[in-house]
Amino acid sequence: MASGELTSKEYIGHHLTNLTYGRHPDGTWGFAANAEEAANMGFMAVHVDSMGWAVALGVTFCAIFYAAARRATAGIPGGLQNFVEAIIDFIDDLVKDIFHHTNSMVAPLALTIFVWVFLMNLMDLVPVDLLPHAAYLIGIPYMKVVPTTDPNVTMGMALFVFALVIFFSIKQKGVGGFVGELAFQPFPKFLAPINLLLESVTLLSKPLSLGLRLFGNLYAGEMIFILIALMYVSWVTTPVAWALQWGWAVFHVLIITLQAFIFAVLTTVYIAQAYDSHSEEH
Amino acid sequence: MNINLTLFLQMIAFAAFVWFCWRFIWPPIREAMSTRVENIAKGLEAAEQSEQKLAQASDAAARELEVARAESKDILERARARGNQMVEEARARAEEEGERVKQTAQVEVEQEANRAREALRARLAELTILGTERILGDRIDRKTHDRLLDDLVKEL
Repeated sequence: MASGELTSKEYIGHHLTNLTYGRHPDGTWGFAANAEEAANMGFMAVHVDSMGWAVALGVTFCAIFYAAARRATAGIPGGLQNFVEAIIDFIDDLVKDIFHHTNSMVAPLALTIFVWVFLMNLMDLVPVDLLPHAAYLIGIPYMKVVPTTDPNVTMGMALFVFALVIFFSIKQKGVGGFVGELAFQPFPKFLAPINLLLESVTLLSKPLSLGLRLFGNLYAGEMIFILIALMYVSWVTTPVAWALQWGWAVFHVLIITLQAFIFAVLTTVYIAQAYDSHSEEH
Repeated sequence: MNINLTLFLQMIAFAAFVWFCWRFIWPPIREAMSTRVENIAKGLEAAEQSEQKLAQASDAAARELEVARAESKDILERARARGNQMVEEARARAEEEGERVKQTAQVEVEQEANRAREALRARLAELTILGTERILGDRIDRKTHDRLLDDLVKEL
């Protein structure tokens, strides 16, 4: 709840500030007391809340799926195994449709992305004030609970995917093949600089769009939850806020699943493109 | 909304989770699933095979039964024929036997009658001689009257 002393701007600002641990301009390390201090830390800082929740959710994913994997039986599967197998089967079909080469890593990659991103997005459905307020009560000043509303998180994942794309491109086609693909098409070879420019933009736009799409969707969704939460200040608007929040949450169930799915699919598509040669494609 | 070290930490965390999933989660579950698929396929195939075998077996059983039935019918018929034949034979033998016994008896009767007749004849001849001797008061030479006696006897 927005406590009485906070203005709307302060309330929103508070919700958009990460718990940041980093190096102060004076060289000492510590938590930033406010958004300004956090900004002054520059690059040498870590969003402890984003990272903490991201890792906690990733560990949750691994723990649940590992529990199922360890007890996996070819006989009659139990409830957990059924659940996990349904997801794995879904991802496996998806990857097989898109990616036609042999790489044992692509499907687990897509699975990790799908489940992990879904879990991180799911934090968006926790009422916006619940966890930050609980954290505030135990003395933690800032707490952003949805890791995917942090561009560091989404771009970090996108950059890792990008690194994989480049790695697999070079592994599959060799350095020459990879550079050739960038430089010698779509126009004839003598227009190599233009080709290089165009293809580089194409290449670089992949991780950028991948990371920013997820971030944008979730950030906007979170922002709307925060704005709706502002309406709880008056008893007149509270019922409206309830209705809006419920409606948005229902809609968000779709968004968070869809965004997790899109991230997984696009990752698979990009890696499939790294494997496919362009001549095949056209 | 600052870009900072979180970016790299997230990359590392991501890589770690992907690696974990790739090594320890995906393979055992996929293997369990594909093994199950194989098992089910095998089970279905076995079921189909045993169904076929069952059909074959019941066909064979039906054929066997048919053969056995035909055979038993055959045996029964032969037995009946044999029985009839035996009865016929027995009757024939009995008739033959009866006939033989009758014939033997007849022969015996005839022999007995003949013997009696002979005896009677002999006795009659003696009596005739005796009577004639008494009438004639003389002995009849048997040898001389033999022919006469024989004729007489034959007339009896």
